[in-house]
Amino acid sequence: MPLSRRRRTRIIRGVQYGVLVVAVVALALVADWHQLRTAFFDVEVAKALFPDIITTALVNTVLYTLLGFGFGLGLGLVLALMRLSSVPPYRWIAITYIEFFRGVPALLVFIALGFGVPLAFQVALDMNVTVMLSLGLVGAAYMAETIRAGIQAVPKGQTEAARSLGMSQGRATVSIVIPQAFRIVLPPLTNELILLTKDSSLVYLLGLSLNQFELANFGRDALNEHKSLTPVLIAGLCYLVITLPLGQLVRRLEARTARAR
Amino acid sequence: MTKETTEERAAGAAIDVRGLRKSFGALEVLRGIDFSVARGEVVCVIGPSGSGKSTLLRCVNLLEEPSAGRVTVAGTEVTDPEVDIDRVRRRIGMVFQSFHLFPHLTALENLTIAQRRVLHRGRAEAERIARTNLARVGLSGKEAAYPAQLSGGQQQRVAIARALSMDPELMLFDEPTSALDPELVGDVLAVMRALARDGMTMLVVTHEMSFAREVADRVVFMDDGSIVEEGTPEQVVGAPRHERTRTFLARVLDPAAVEMEGEREAEVAAEADGTAG
Repeated sequence: MPLSRRRRTRIIRGVQYGVLVVAVVALALVADWHQLRTAFFDVEVAKALFPDIITTALVNTVLYTLLGFGFGLGLGLVLALMRLSSVPPYRWIAITYIEFFRGVPALLVFIALGFGVPLAFQVALDMNVTVMLSLGLVGAAYMAETIRAGIQAVPKGQTEAARSLGMSQGRATVSIVIPQAFRIVLPPLTNELILLTKDSSLVYLLGLSLNQFELANFGRDALNEHKSLTPVLIAGLCYLVITLPLGQLVRRLEARTARAR
Repeated sequence: MTKETTEERAAGAAIDVRGLRKSFGALEVLRGIDFSVARGEVVCVIGPSGSGKSTLLRCVNLLEEPSAGRVTVAGTEVTDPEVDIDRVRRRIGMVFQSFHLFPHLTALENLTIAQRRVLHRGRAEAERIARTNLARVGLSGKEAAYPAQLSGGQQQRVAIARALSMDPELMLFDEPTSALDPELVGDVLAVMRALARDGMTMLVVTHEMSFAREVADRVVFMDDGSIVEEGTPEQVVGAPRHERTRTFLARVLDPAAVEMEGEREAEVAAEADGTAG
C-alpha cells in the first residue's frame, strides 16, 4: 500500500531530525572538551578582565559606534537627497560616492584615512574624530541607499498635499517626507547600527593606545597576555550584550510597521 | 458685461481658465478648456473617468503643469512663470480623493503644520484655528487621533478642515467621496453643503449627482478632454442637451431615482438603454 502524503512527510522529517542529532552527538564526542574548557573557560583569566572590559572596551565600542553612526546618518541623508535631486551633478556625486565606498573594503578606508589624512593635510586628528570619519564615511554609503529607498516609499500624494497647502518643495521634504521615510527605514537602519557595532573593531588599524581599546582589540590583547582564549569568549559575549537588544528592537519595529500598513 | 475685457473678467473671477491644454506624452488629456468660476459660486464638474476633469482641477493649483493656456486664480495668473506658486497655493484649499492626511501627525498637527510653517502663525493661534475647524467638520474630540485611527469619512473631514485652516479663498475637491464606503459619504457631503452655504467658492469634481443637483450653482459636463455642456443643474442634469451627457447620466444615475425625477429623465434613461444595448 502506498504511503499517504502526510505519513511520507512525517517520515522525511524524522530522518532529518535523526541526521541532525547524530551530527551534533558525533561533534560533541570528537571534540576535546577538556582542552576547550581550559582554553575558553578559565575563570581566573575571566576575572582578571573585569572591570576594564566593561569600563574601557565596551564603553569605547559603544562610543565609536555611535560616533560613526551619527556622522554616517547625517552624511547618508545628505547623499540620499543628492541622489534624488533634480540637479544632475548632485546625483553624479552621490552615485560615485555610494558606489565607491560600498565597493571598497572598510579596512582599506581605515588605513587610508588613518595614515593618509595626517600626511595630506599635516594635521594630527583626534582619535575620536578619525574613528567618526572612517566608520561614518563607509556607513554613510549604505545608509544613503537605505534612506533613498525610504524616501521613495513615501507616497507621492504626501508631497502633493503638502505643496497644495503652500509648502515649498524643501519644506515639504523636511516636514512631511523625511519624517515618514525615517519611520519606514527604522528597521533597516537599526541593522546598519548592528553592522557598524561589529565594524568598529576595525579601528585597531588606526593604532590605539591602551585606554582606546574597544572590545575586539581588548580581547585580542588579553589573549596574548594570558595565553588563553577566554577573553575572546568574553568579548564576544559583550558584543551580544549590545547587539541582541538591537536585534530585538528591529523585530519590534518591523512588527509595528507591519501593523501600521 | 460685453464691455469687460478678458483681463477684467479674469481679475474678477475666482478661477478663470482660457485655452487650457494638457498632454501627457502623446496623450492629450485637456483639449482647450475655457471656463470660469465666480466668487462664491459652487461649480461641479462631472464626466466619465478619463475625461480630464481631475487634470483640470490639478491645473488650477499647478499640481499639473499646463501644456498651453492661461489659468488665473483670484486675480493672479498662476501660469505666469514669474509667479510664486507657493504663495498662490496657500490661498487655494485642495481636498484629494484619498485624503492624503499626514500619517505621522495627529489630526490637530495635520491642521497646524502648514499654518505654522507656511503662514508662520504662533502655536496657540494655529491650535485655536485648528480646533475651530475640527468642530466645523464635526470632529471635536479627535484632536489627538492619528489618521490611521479614523474612519475614511472622518479622515476626509479632517482633510477638509486642514485646507480650511489656511483660510483659503476657494476650495478644490477632487472626487472627495469616491474612496469612501457608501455609508460614510453622507457626513462628508454634509460638511461640503455647509461650506457652500457659508459662501465658499468651490470647484468640485464629483460623481455625486444628488449633491451636484442640490448644491451646485453650475454643472460642467466634460468628456474626452473638452467641456461638452455647462449650465444650471436643472439644465445639465435635469434636461441635458447633448447625447453624450444623456448617456453618461443614465449610467451614473440610479434608474429608480431617474424614474422619480419625472418623464423627461425616464425618456433619457430609456434612450440610453437603447444606445447601450
